[in-house]
Amino acid sequence: MNDTFPKLLLRNARQFADRPAIREKDLGIWQTWSWQEMHDEVLDFANGLASLGLKRGDKLAIIGTNRPRLYWGICAAQCLGAIPVPVYADSVAEELRYVLDHAEASIVLAEDQEQVDKVLEVKQDVGHVTGIIYDDTRGLKDYPESFLHDFAEVQVRGRKHAKEHPDFLQQEIEKGQGSDIAIILYTSGTTGKPKGVVLTHDNVLITSLNSAKEDRLTEKEDMLSYLPLAWVGDHIFSYGQAYVTGMCSNCPESQATVHWDIREIGPTYYFAPPRVFEQLLTNVMIRMEDASRLKQRLFHHFMEVAKRCGTDILDGNHVPLMDRIAYKIGDLLVYAPLKNTMGFSRIRVAYTAGEAIGPEIFDFFRSLGVNIKQLYGQTEAAVFITAQPDGEVYADTVGKPSPEVEVKITDDGEVIYKSPGVFQCYYKNDEATREAKNEEGWVMTGDAGYFDDKGHLKIIDRAKDVGKLKNGALFAPKYIENKLKFFPEIKEAVALGRDMDYVSLIVNIDLDAVGNWAERNNIAYSSYQELAAHSRIYAMIKANIEQVNRDLSEDSVLSDCQIHRFLILHKELDADDGELTRTRKVRRRIIAEKYDVLINAFYSGATQCQISTEVTFEDGKKGTIDGDIRIEDTETYEPLKAAS
Amino acid sequence: MQDTVKEDDILLEVRNISLSFGGVKALENISFDIRKGEVRAIIGPNGAGKSSMLNVINGFYHPQEGEIWFDGKLRHHMKPHQVAKLGIARTFQNIALFKGMSTLDNLMTGRYIKMHANLFSQMAWIGPAQREEIEHRQKVEEIIDFLKIQSIRKTPVGKLPYGMQKRVELGRALAAESKLLLLDEPMAGMNLEEKEDMCRFVLDVNEQFGTTIALIEHDMGVVMDISNRVVVLDYGKKLADGSPDEVRNNEEVIDAYLGVSHD
Repeated sequence: MNDTFPKLLLRNARQFADRPAIREKDLGIWQTWSWQEMHDEVLDFANGLASLGLKRGDKLAIIGTNRPRLYWGICAAQCLGAIPVPVYADSVAEELRYVLDHAEASIVLAEDQEQVDKVLEVKQDVGHVTGIIYDDTRGLKDYPESFLHDFAEVQVRGRKHAKEHPDFLQQEIEKGQGSDIAIILYTSGTTGKPKGVVLTHDNVLITSLNSAKEDRLTEKEDMLSYLPLAWVGDHIFSYGQAYVTGMCSNCPESQATVHWDIREIGPTYYFAPPRVFEQLLTNVMIRMEDASRLKQRLFHHFMEVAKRCGTDILDGNHVPLMDRIAYKIGDLLVYAPLKNTMGFSRIRVAYTAGEAIGPEIFDFFRSLGVNIKQLYGQTEAAVFITAQPDGEVYADTVGKPSPEVEVKITDDGEVIYKSPGVFQCYYKNDEATREAKNEEGWVMTGDAGYFDDKGHLKIIDRAKDVGKLKNGALFAPKYIENKLKFFPEIKEAVALGRDMDYVSLIVNIDLDAVGNWAERNNIAYSSYQELAAHSRIYAMIKANIEQVNRDLSEDSVLSDCQIHRFLILHKELDADDGELTRTRKVRRRIIAEKYDVLINAFYSGATQCQISTEVTFEDGKKGTIDGDIRIEDTETYEPLKAAS
Repeated sequence: MQDTVKEDDILLEVRNISLSFGGVKALENISFDIRKGEVRAIIGPNGAGKSSMLNVINGFYHPQEGEIWFDGKLRHHMKPHQVAKLGIARTFQNIALFKGMSTLDNLMTGRYIKMHANLFSQMAWIGPAQREEIEHRQKVEEIIDFLKIQSIRKTPVGKLPYGMQKRVELGRALAAESKLLLLDEPMAGMNLEEKEDMCRFVLDVNEQFGTTIALIEHDMGVVMDISNRVVVLDYGKKLADGSPDEVRNNEEVIDAYLGVSHD
């Protein structure tokens, strides 16, 4: 039974011997290792680790970017029954110290001098580290420390070790079982210390196998491995699924060359967070502005065609013949060249996850024929909780439960799940484990969500931010605000309504976008305040809000969240005034205190409100802005389907 | 900095060099030496004759008086390209790259002195020319990797920010695989981070390839941190010569260069 990754490596070396297993661009050329070659490299290194004293249950910390040798380190440790612990390459010394100490790492595999220096800096605080192995020798040859080893030198020791103990490694690999710990992944943790998520071979392997089957991944896939090694997504996509299917992971030359490397590889399977797709779309649009008149017209004409029928063609729906022909011509002239410059020519499946993706970005790529889908996952689940099946892809859901995953919504609206991927525990932190996972194995996600009519999960917000309206209906402020922020005219939005009769909204307009529009429409203004109070701006924002209301009215759970009243604030919300965090997240409590006059006005039915606000200027001086703010009512819509 | 620099292992020695342009005496009776494997700095206020000194070593200026000994041999009157063939490469204070060409092509020009195939076989890309180019490209790719400039391999250098152009220029000088590398104000006009990167590269070049480096620099802090020995010029005359600490404490230097008063 191939129930561990080392056993899968042996199988792949037999079954896919000459097929590429991993590539790395080095000195400008893609270097390839076949499964057979990779098998030899990993086994030599595993033997070398054994000769350095690494044994069952020990930890091998791995720090660096996506290099083949670091991926080999993961499997080599697993061969011995030791546990790999990848660390984020950009961790500062203090974070590294914490992980090395907490995980009790005995050997560290580091990418280069930079990482070795970091390890050396913290080594004396971390008693159990006995050796450091490095991949890139540059700058390291004059280091006097005797516990520093070159990767290749460790492999030489390994070959010697294998001669002396010919059956050793084979026996160690056979001792491994699916229930053994495969890896510990430390979550970056926005609050408090990082937590080490313990996953077994079964967790990673079964999840990888199920998800690979779902998307029919085969050994012919090419995948770009460019996301952090210590992140669970990369571990599943570049390692778990690669070993399970025999596909090839491709390591870019450096982080800065990814957008060139992707063009050369043309991956068939790809993952990127929404901001990458957003950036790509922006780049395309900016470059089209500079293109010749003819190219611009072609582009805009065929993008219309793609908008009309592209997604339907991708989903295999019925499309009129004339549209099909137009789309085919568009593909020849526009879509195919465009996909080629982005490196998307061969993509069969692409995933995005992590945050909400703008519907127009999502539709842009899908209409070009790039099969982007959304998934929802967590380190604690070995990624997959839900994913969108082919042909059932929507911008505002995260899909259906993945194979063998059970998902439930608690009475409070929190999403909980149970799956073969569910983690064993947080390493040496029983209290946190108990908080996240109950006795029956259900894991709390901390996210609020619900299933829509199509059986797809929708994530609306962090569970702790979701409240109720007075009539008991669910109130998800961030979900509403995100929908509004997709409009370029709206920079910030704050939805109010917890324990109230209806939802009201405070809006910040985007001075760049609206200012630009005002200029083109000959609207003179001297300040943000003046522009914000302009009646045509009010009308524009009102139209945007009503669009959102229409969307919400079709939503069976959130139709009561339609916005009844709104105002455009006379000043921009600012981190200096404490209204936003430094990462531009809205601080609801402070806003509620500061603008309680406005909030009272919302719910007293007033149409005008006088307010005086203290502001902090960039030089630290304080002043006040006074103003009369108009409050307007918006149209709301009958829910299409009554909430059951 | 190399710990293996031997005191009597001299790579280049200038003896009693004097250079004047008409009535202006740019250099007056300057003597110093550069040891194999060291980082040697030439410092001094504006107009002290630093760049002139580099131009003399480089063969661009010819001093009226004095001798230049390189690699144990007295060097006769030579043109810059002959000096380059001898194993001396340099970078310039104002970047002198081919702005319209890519980083890669600029580095390839640094290999020019090592190329042997004739123009026609290079154009046809056959036989020895092909082998040769692959060999040179390999070397250039190693330098690209070394300087971590993979992401700008195919970018025209004119489009690059200043700090990056400086790095490409260093790369081109490295491509010549010289024995002595002359750097004319490698950190001028850089921000702190770029300076730190450049320092790292200078030290790495010295350590990894064992290249002897002579550099001119304005930034005293940088010079003191990375060089083995420092020679100080002022108004064409040599003020001091010694380790960074010796130079730092030399009162004449403090007067002339730092302008700090003391009593």
